[in-house]
Amino acid sequence: MTDTSLGNETETDQGKTVYDELPDAPPKKKLKLSWTGKIGVIVVAFWIIMAIIGPMIAPFHQADIIGDDSFMPPFSATEDEGYHLLGTDYLERDIWSRILWGARMTVGISVVATLLAYLIGVTAGIGAAVKKGWTDMILSRINDAILSLPTIMLGLLIVVALGSSIPILIGTAAIIYASSVFRIARAYGQEIMVMDYVESAQARGETIWWIIFREVLPNAAMPLATDFGLRLVFVVLFISSLSFLGLGIQPPAADWGSMVRQNLEGLQYGSLAPVWPALAIASFTIAINLIVDDISAKSGGDLAKKMI
Amino acid sequence: MSELFEIDNLQIQARKEDGTPIPIVKGVSFNIKAGEVVALIGESGSGKSTISMATMAYCRPGLEFPGGEVRLHGKDVLSMDPLDQRDLRGNNVAYLAQSAAATFNPAITIGEQVTEAAVLHGTLTQDEANQRAVELYRALELPDPARLGRRYPHQVSGGQLQRLMAAMALVSRPNLLVLDEPTTALDVTTQIEVLKAFKKVIQEEGSAALYVTHDLAVVAQIADHIVVLYAGEVQEQGPTDQIINNPKHPYTKRLMAAVKPTPKAGMGTGGEQENEVDIPNIEVRNMTAGYGRIVNGSPQITVLRDINVKIKNSHVVGVIGESGCGKSTLARVIAGLLPAAKGEVLLDGKKLEPDMKNRSSEELQNVQFVYQMADTALNPRQLISDIIGRPIEFYRGLKGDDRRAEVANLLRLVELPVEFAERYPSELSGGQKQRVNLARSLAAHPEIMLCDEVTSALDSIVSSNVISLLKKLRDQTGVSFVFISHDLSTVGSFADEIVVLYAGRVVEQGPVDQVLAPPFHPYTRLLISSVPEMRIGWLEETMQKREMAVGIARGVEITATGCPFYNRCPIAIDGTCDTTTPPIHEPMPEHFISCHCTMDEISAVEAAPQQVLHGFEKVGVDED
Repeated sequence: MTDTSLGNETETDQGKTVYDELPDAPPKKKLKLSWTGKIGVIVVAFWIIMAIIGPMIAPFHQADIIGDDSFMPPFSATEDEGYHLLGTDYLERDIWSRILWGARMTVGISVVATLLAYLIGVTAGIGAAVKKGWTDMILSRINDAILSLPTIMLGLLIVVALGSSIPILIGTAAIIYASSVFRIARAYGQEIMVMDYVESAQARGETIWWIIFREVLPNAAMPLATDFGLRLVFVVLFISSLSFLGLGIQPPAADWGSMVRQNLEGLQYGSLAPVWPALAIASFTIAINLIVDDISAKSGGDLAKKMI
Repeated sequence: MSELFEIDNLQIQARKEDGTPIPIVKGVSFNIKAGEVVALIGESGSGKSTISMATMAYCRPGLEFPGGEVRLHGKDVLSMDPLDQRDLRGNNVAYLAQSAAATFNPAITIGEQVTEAAVLHGTLTQDEANQRAVELYRALELPDPARLGRRYPHQVSGGQLQRLMAAMALVSRPNLLVLDEPTTALDVTTQIEVLKAFKKVIQEEGSAALYVTHDLAVVAQIADHIVVLYAGEVQEQGPTDQIINNPKHPYTKRLMAAVKPTPKAGMGTGGEQENEVDIPNIEVRNMTAGYGRIVNGSPQITVLRDINVKIKNSHVVGVIGESGCGKSTLARVIAGLLPAAKGEVLLDGKKLEPDMKNRSSEELQNVQFVYQMADTALNPRQLISDIIGRPIEFYRGLKGDDRRAEVANLLRLVELPVEFAERYPSELSGGQKQRVNLARSLAAHPEIMLCDEVTSALDSIVSSNVISLLKKLRDQTGVSFVFISHDLSTVGSFADEIVVLYAGRVVEQGPVDQVLAPPFHPYTRLLISSVPEMRIGWLEETMQKREMAVGIARGVEITATGCPFYNRCPIAIDGTCDTTTPPIHEPMPEHFISCHCTMDEISAVEAAPQQVLHGFEKVGVDED
């Protein structure tokens, strides 16, 4: 029993061969990202750094009207102001600078909103799964009511009623997306609640907080983290679509969604102006999904290994 | 006989992260002749399932074949192209997985699933396949063969489902049938029923079979040739007769030693200590329990009826019965996980609240429940030190270094290395996890531990190690145990007293040596004679006995009136046993048998030659 290596025949004092119990599964491997996952990490890290330092390294201010002309092509230079890496937009502003400024808005707001959505959704969802009965009933029906409303309509309604400011945008996105998080967290919570180790903790007389935070949550963490990535993408798109409709981030502040909308007319002139912010949104959301896919594939791989 | 399958120096390996190979199967060679049953024996982790899958040119993801050949009719299947391999799997080799319940799709009828592979591979048309399936149902002695195909998997019993899986495998007349532990998860009585059917159908069909198991006693009944595996290497191989009666290799001898002996009086270590106080540790009085809403003191589905059980201090009480008899429910009622509908549970003479939510922390501490599956009983995200340490901290208030020291003590007590404290459950083997599971319950310093089938999911060597650990714990700690198992020989070797449960009622209880000696309750007798003996020809002999013919044919049915065992009892009295509750006899002090027959009648049956009575053979083939 003391020998846990794969070599299993151990000599005892009497010189007799003893056969140890064979291990069922090889030791667990550490989580290691594949190359796609690494690319995802690099891109996400890049945008997060840009969200922090972007405005400091941007060549121009987001509201500076500096170009000679609107919809200038990439790599063009203006006589007195300088070089425009990605060209200019419909108001003759530098697109590259606005994307860097916009990173703070888009990435920052969506990360904060998603975190908030998770805080509300997971606590309520797992709480409902653990408490069961009336608590579960009431929370679930409230949640169903929120879920039944189309997200963008609900968002528009709140923003129109309360005015468009950053805290309200964050709060709106958090409440709307907390309802889908609630459902997932509750489903996982219910699945984990029927495990013997939870029953064993209940039989020990543990409090509800111990059961939520020590028994249920750690086991739901991996699937919830996977979902976090997806949810973040939805929030980015949600904020962008509100901005696209003119109710999100208000000008002259830059955010990627409103940049796409404002520059749409540029497409008629063959300008790439709306493509760059769209690419920024795409690169951020795809990169997150690369990481998420990698993590879930890896944890699935561990499951497969356990079965050997 | 010609060589059908030749497995020649087969190697299978996995790879570590840095690419270094970990050999799983290290050069295994053996042959399978046409019409022969070859058994692969070894404990879990020895690579037996991996080898059996290689006969279909398949290995689990992450594994690879670095060398060796598997030849069917002289042609290597490992190097075939994938399309040929697919034909091979459909036409020549059929695989029977361990769990029939997990193999069948609950939403599709049995007939459709049984015939699917043959039709898909184009070997048979749907009509031919249906006909063939009915033939096979008949050969496998399944009830109502003509209409069985239209049923859904949940409408047949576990044993029947296992046999249906054999039908599924045999429909396209494969050359080789691979059976991966097909009876391991079954009750002894069901196991006999399935073994008998397998043996018959393999003989009739004349196909070769590869039978993978860890149970030598089962192998002795069915195999012609045995291959003993350990850690991916063949230790010994030869004809069944030679391996069973004259094993050469020390590992084979070790396996033989782990085979469960036939349960009989005096086999165990229990029943000798009489030094305890008279007050029972736990007493269950007139308890009725079940599931669903409770109306007038009886639940919608009654699982246990009027149970009276006493567990004395430092005693081990074994609870046996087939699945569905209410063994686990009894333990769950005592632990308060399922509140009883009627009756009471007393701990040290003090009444316990039926629901654990109303029990005091001290009461919870004193009654600990040990779960059957260590996999689900240990939180995969907690370190072993937290799993064992939490009850120490929670009940006994030890923190920091004291707690660490106590965790180390407990690990030593269950014979695990102290370093395991820093591991996660997934880094341990099945037997090691079960030890941690026991250590967690011990950590509470309980008065009584309720062990629910703690060895059932383990293979024979690991489970015999766990049993010897339990014996040691009983002697060292003075904890009382309720030991639930469907395995009579394990219980017999370990318990002081035995409670035989059938369909929610106690049919016999008493000290171990009296329960395992005549006079027996007919049900106890059925259980005892169902435990396979490691003797060639045992299966045929046993099937000759009439109690087997009736007892095996039917399953557990919970009845409200009369004796629940009525429909499976060879000595049932029509008009009495099915209508009135049987009286309780006490042939010896503290030994109770609940039966309408007198002790003399029961003894007379035991003395009579065990022949199949006319009419009883038909019982198995009734409508439902």
